[in-house]
Amino acid sequence: MKRMMKRAIALALPASLVFGVTVALPSQAADTEITWLIDNGQSSQDVSKALVAAYEKANPGFKVKVVLRPGGADGDNLVKTKLATGEMEDVFTYNSGSLFQALAPSKNLLEITNEPFMKNVLSSFNPVVSVGNKVYGTPFGTAVGGGIIYNKKVYAKLKLKVPTTWAEFMANNKKIKAAGIDPVIQSYKDTWTSQLFVLADYYNVQNAFPKFAAEYTANKQKYAKNASALRGFEYIEELKKLNYFNRDYASTTYAQALDKVALGQGAHYPMATWAIPQIAAQQPDSLEDVGFFAQPSSKASVNGVTVWVPSGTYIPANTKNAAAAKKFVGWMTTAKAVDVMNSVEGFAGGPYYIKGASIPNALPGAVKDLVKYFDKNATAPALEFVSPIKGPNLEKILIEVGLGITTAKKAAAAYDADVVKQAKQLGLKGW
Amino acid sequence: MMAKVQKKKMKSPYSYWLVAPVAIIFLIFFIIPTLVSFFFSMTRWTLFDWEFVGFENFVQYFKEASLAIGFKNTLIYGFVTSGLKVVFGLALAILLTGRLRAKGFLRSVVYFPVLVSTIGVGLTFGVLMDPNYGIINTTIVSLADKVGWQTYGPGWLVDPNLLPLFSIAFVDVWKGVGMATVIFMAGLATIPQEYYEALSVDGGGAWDKFKNITLPLVQPAMAAVIILSFIGGLRSFDLIWAMTNGGPGFLSDVIASINYKQYQAGFYGLATAGNVILLIFVLALTGPIYWYFNKKERQA
Repeated sequence: MKRMMKRAIALALPASLVFGVTVALPSQAADTEITWLIDNGQSSQDVSKALVAAYEKANPGFKVKVVLRPGGADGDNLVKTKLATGEMEDVFTYNSGSLFQALAPSKNLLEITNEPFMKNVLSSFNPVVSVGNKVYGTPFGTAVGGGIIYNKKVYAKLKLKVPTTWAEFMANNKKIKAAGIDPVIQSYKDTWTSQLFVLADYYNVQNAFPKFAAEYTANKQKYAKNASALRGFEYIEELKKLNYFNRDYASTTYAQALDKVALGQGAHYPMATWAIPQIAAQQPDSLEDVGFFAQPSSKASVNGVTVWVPSGTYIPANTKNAAAAKKFVGWMTTAKAVDVMNSVEGFAGGPYYIKGASIPNALPGAVKDLVKYFDKNATAPALEFVSPIKGPNLEKILIEVGLGITTAKKAAAAYDADVVKQAKQLGLKGW
Repeated sequence: MMAKVQKKKMKSPYSYWLVAPVAIIFLIFFIIPTLVSFFFSMTRWTLFDWEFVGFENFVQYFKEASLAIGFKNTLIYGFVTSGLKVVFGLALAILLTGRLRAKGFLRSVVYFPVLVSTIGVGLTFGVLMDPNYGIINTTIVSLADKVGWQTYGPGWLVDPNLLPLFSIAFVDVWKGVGMATVIFMAGLATIPQEYYEALSVDGGGAWDKFKNITLPLVQPAMAAVIILSFIGGLRSFDLIWAMTNGGPGFLSDVIASINYKQYQAGFYGLATAGNVILLIFVLALTGPIYWYFNKKERQA
């Protein structure tokens, strides 16, 4: 017994020494440090670094440590796991809309509805980061538009007009193909890029069926049974049948596709304008050769753009640094923070959801094209921001259509079956 | 009295205390998670909370559109890789146990891919098999050009008509054949040389030797190779994920990659149900093979 006591003391002694030292250290430093989790995309990394530097300079004694996470499905998993195990950083930036809804916000996130900084945020942003009337996030970055990025030089050379209807678009494609240029670029190596024809068509769907989102969420609308919604699938099928894609579309990457459209090797690339900063980085000399137009519709009178609302920045409910986290999140809603973001890329990718946010005058042509639709008020949010349902397999199902493995009709039915899992997982009524 | 004690000792040669640490580890990390997974496979689980739904996940899982492809691909992949590993492994083993220069070096060359990380191999072959820039197709294109044939070369991993699964199976065989070779070499070493000498005296040729001596006597080694590579093929995931992510579309999906994608999508209960199904599927397929070879061995 005695010997055991001795041993215990011998063990405890170094332990207390070690603990004593580690406990003592932070109390000496007066700084409050919080952590911020954000995706590892290049532009997120650059922007977050600049924001933290500006914040720390303006607020001595407050530190922010940026932690990176992967994007895509792996990132979704990491965020959910961190929240479930209580190991989430003090502040994190993550998608708004349907992915936000899957985080069980009322259980895991800190409500910020009544924080003073919420008056900086345009109230039109709030629905995509709210459950009921409780708000959980602030906007991060700008809205972007989904549609077609095109090469202006090809259009000028072939004397083409920007199309508003699908028929005009296909007529253009015919001439482009005859000139020996790939009419439409696809990049199936990065599978997510296959979805734009369907997702960016939502403005047109909503125009034909204003209640589509609500009825879709209530299990009363289906892609396979609604002729307007089915069009997005059929577009891909038509283009494949006419062999209008670039020859190597099955193995082309997103980055290669951006090169192709910037250099005029292909005329059209269905994509959202978040690609513009990357084109500016990859092909700075050709940035002004690309323009943007909304996805063509069936009628010339219907011509608008589908908008991706920015990601949100959230605070987990169990953070120990709630005050410091709120201070930082609040600061990011100021016009000053917007200026920092603009300075990183030299331009804004689209409109902000921050009151008094400045947009630099020197916008790239493609972004100006996008802003025109905002000025005309011809915008609709993408379906994922007005319905919590988005099936995980849409990108793969559309690749099957693009490769000719399946038909548009079958693919739409397969996607309708795919979303059932998501609806059930969220416990929605009527599924 | 004495006999009783001895009997008891025969029953368990180790004291419980000696086995306890391992048993506890086994319980915590293997038995309990397996039982818990049976439970969660019957829930709708978001990581944040769960709701008991009975067998609904299993019903939903069998409705999965890509599941038919997954089962078929899993079987094809298991049969193709284990079959080719037996053929090439045995051929290489015979070659490498024969009279040959630099035998040691060649043996290491054959075995080397086994040691390399699967993900590394997958990513490397993904680059080599790129239809435009990969060295395989640039070689084909330039060779074809010399004989005046214009081609782009096949899309090994992306052409739906080529079945990308076979390209992956080929890489799997390349990577795993070294293990099969080593097992076969051990098997060949146990065959007494006198048998071959006797057959030579009787006037038998090389083919007779192979057919009548090598093939029957290497049976135990072959059983080991088949079981190991078949199970490996059935639960294969890392190589497929590194090379195609189960694509294009769902063409190279196997059960394991379908389950992985469901975890990714956040359908934790559904994915757990998928893993329970995979467990049953693998047991149902490998159990009989194992039993068959075991029985054969005992008879021999």
